[in-house]
Amino acid sequence: MDITVNILLTIATAATPLLIAAIGELVVERSGVLNLGVEGMMIMGAVGGFGAGYLTGSPWIGLLAAIIVGALFSLLFAVMTLSLATNQVATGLSLTLLGLGLSGMIGTSFVGQPGVRLPNLDIPGISSIPVVGRLIFGQDPVFYISIALTAAVMWFLFKTRTGLTLRSIGDSHTSAHALGIKVIRYRYLSVIFGGACAGLAGGHLSLVYTPQWVENMSAGRGWIALALVVFASWRPWRVLAGAYIFGAVWIGQLHAQAFGIPVPSQFLSSLPYLATIVVLVLISRNKRLTMMNTPASLGQPFVPDR
Amino acid sequence: MRIELIKRPQRSALFSVLSPFIAFVLTMIAGAVLFALLGVNPFSAFEIYFVEPVSQVWQLHELAIKAAPLILIAVGLSVCYRANIWNIGAEGQFIFGAIFGSIIPVLFPGFEGPLVLPLMLLLAMFGGALYASIPALLKTRFSTNEILTSLMLVYVAQLFLDWMVRGPWRDPQSHGFPQTIQFGDSAVLPELMPDAGRANWGFVFALVAAVLVWLMMSRMLKGFEVRVLGSSPRAGRFAGFGFSRMVFFAFLLSGALAGLAGISEVSGAIGQLQPVISPGYGFTAIIVAFLGRLNPLGIVAAGLVLALTYLGGEAVQSALGISDKVARVFQGMLLFFVLGCDTLIHYRIRLVGLALTKPNGAADLEAAPKLEEAR
Repeated sequence: MDITVNILLTIATAATPLLIAAIGELVVERSGVLNLGVEGMMIMGAVGGFGAGYLTGSPWIGLLAAIIVGALFSLLFAVMTLSLATNQVATGLSLTLLGLGLSGMIGTSFVGQPGVRLPNLDIPGISSIPVVGRLIFGQDPVFYISIALTAAVMWFLFKTRTGLTLRSIGDSHTSAHALGIKVIRYRYLSVIFGGACAGLAGGHLSLVYTPQWVENMSAGRGWIALALVVFASWRPWRVLAGAYIFGAVWIGQLHAQAFGIPVPSQFLSSLPYLATIVVLVLISRNKRLTMMNTPASLGQPFVPDR
Repeated sequence: MRIELIKRPQRSALFSVLSPFIAFVLTMIAGAVLFALLGVNPFSAFEIYFVEPVSQVWQLHELAIKAAPLILIAVGLSVCYRANIWNIGAEGQFIFGAIFGSIIPVLFPGFEGPLVLPLMLLLAMFGGALYASIPALLKTRFSTNEILTSLMLVYVAQLFLDWMVRGPWRDPQSHGFPQTIQFGDSAVLPELMPDAGRANWGFVFALVAAVLVWLMMSRMLKGFEVRVLGSSPRAGRFAGFGFSRMVFFAFLLSGALAGLAGISEVSGAIGQLQPVISPGYGFTAIIVAFLGRLNPLGIVAAGLVLALTYLGGEAVQSALGISDKVARVFQGMLLFFVLGCDTLIHYRIRLVGLALTKPNGAADLEAAPKLEEAR
């Protein structure tokens, strides 16, 4: 029983950064912008979060710094693609490349330093209840943020007028613009929100998941988050499900390695990436479904005429 | 303050030539700020970064060694990107090319003679193309996004190579080091001028590939097909150009060139397989492709520039104690500025909300196209 609880807890920890980054990217893509820089913003959040936590000794300041760094870094992408109408695919890629380089440079002095970890929630009397107590009341704070964030985004996108406007921009920026909607402003805010989420996800990696700084520690999670959005056909609750499936795959291969299954560890390590490909194939096989769900103006630059 | 873009009546020939240079200057300025922030005098840092690494003949050979894989990969990628096909997994195709090309020297070290190298090169191109055919197949059969699949396959390739050199292909006499046996003499890519420096035939391959692809893109029907399908898929369909065939063509070509780059690096510069054989050439080549304006000849120049950023990164690390990751930062900034400057080709940029802005914006708009033509 205890083992099951432990496994479930580690799955939640592995799923949380995927979920947060993917939810952020979902909002960005719903507004019609494809930001392939998730990996770069995530790693910048991780190094920023670790650095601020390490220097101040407060993991909470670290988490806040991760969010801010992610948001600021995404601003670079926003200026390029929204104000200068650059190619979104290429700009997103360069954001990732720049983020990986910059984080490596900033983090040189952090390598091997002990980090600070966000404490798990601990409500006296309740968190110690077997099974339920630990699963529901004893996890790290970011876990609760991720769940609340998913619910909030669901409500925002599908129950508010602003959310409807945002989705309409993603489907046709020209029509939205003709209706007098500030397309560029909405997209700026969406991209910055996505950056803040990716930064938070990175902060989770360096302040909760493995409280230390390791170069390239995001290890492709940003890309998996991008795949999750496609897999979820741009629906928040499916992102939640997908993130936990991938969290399970990630933890499953780690446990399999620890148990000494007679398969080379490299093959097990490649499972999350292979699973991503398989899942993408399964979901994109149905062309009509994909066409229906993809925001129609996704990835297309928009220059308002006047 | 707000940035306004005003569409030019036609693309500006001036800026399409100037934009890489403007981007380079802007990168230099940003780099100077970066060095100043790190507490280093920017001028002396620039000298160490950009001048010293190419001040002697043998250093030019090192530059050619670094530029060769970048040019080879980027030339292939330029065809993909022209056709609006996003292969970003060249790093994986590079690795698989290296593995396939190493089959003969690792498994049949007794096989020697002048046939060995050509066979290795062919196998490497086959390996790279084979690995690139996976995202192509998934895209054409299941319309799966090739950006994500090709990238995921990079991680898989890196892990596969890691397993190969620690497992089945490990040199039993390596004392536990994860590496294959040293390639035999006939499996090593010869140096061009052994007396002057280490540069090998890989650089020649890169130049030949660039010229051939340039001929194809500018003088042959296939190149026209690539450009039409890239800029207007609908028009391409009416012209009878098959999109699926184009996806395969672009992926196989870029995969084969990345594979060739992989074996050139392993057989020329390294001499054996190791867990890590590339300092991110496959990703840096994306920057090379864009900096070279997706033109194979421009890519040769861009490849040399980006190769210099690698050498400069190593130089400032040893001379000033700055992390060699500074090279990655330079490369990333350069790509950003290139993409930003490319906007100038199609648009005029106007800052709105600054005190300098003329109040009669409408009149300005009217005059703009004429001014452009007058220039």
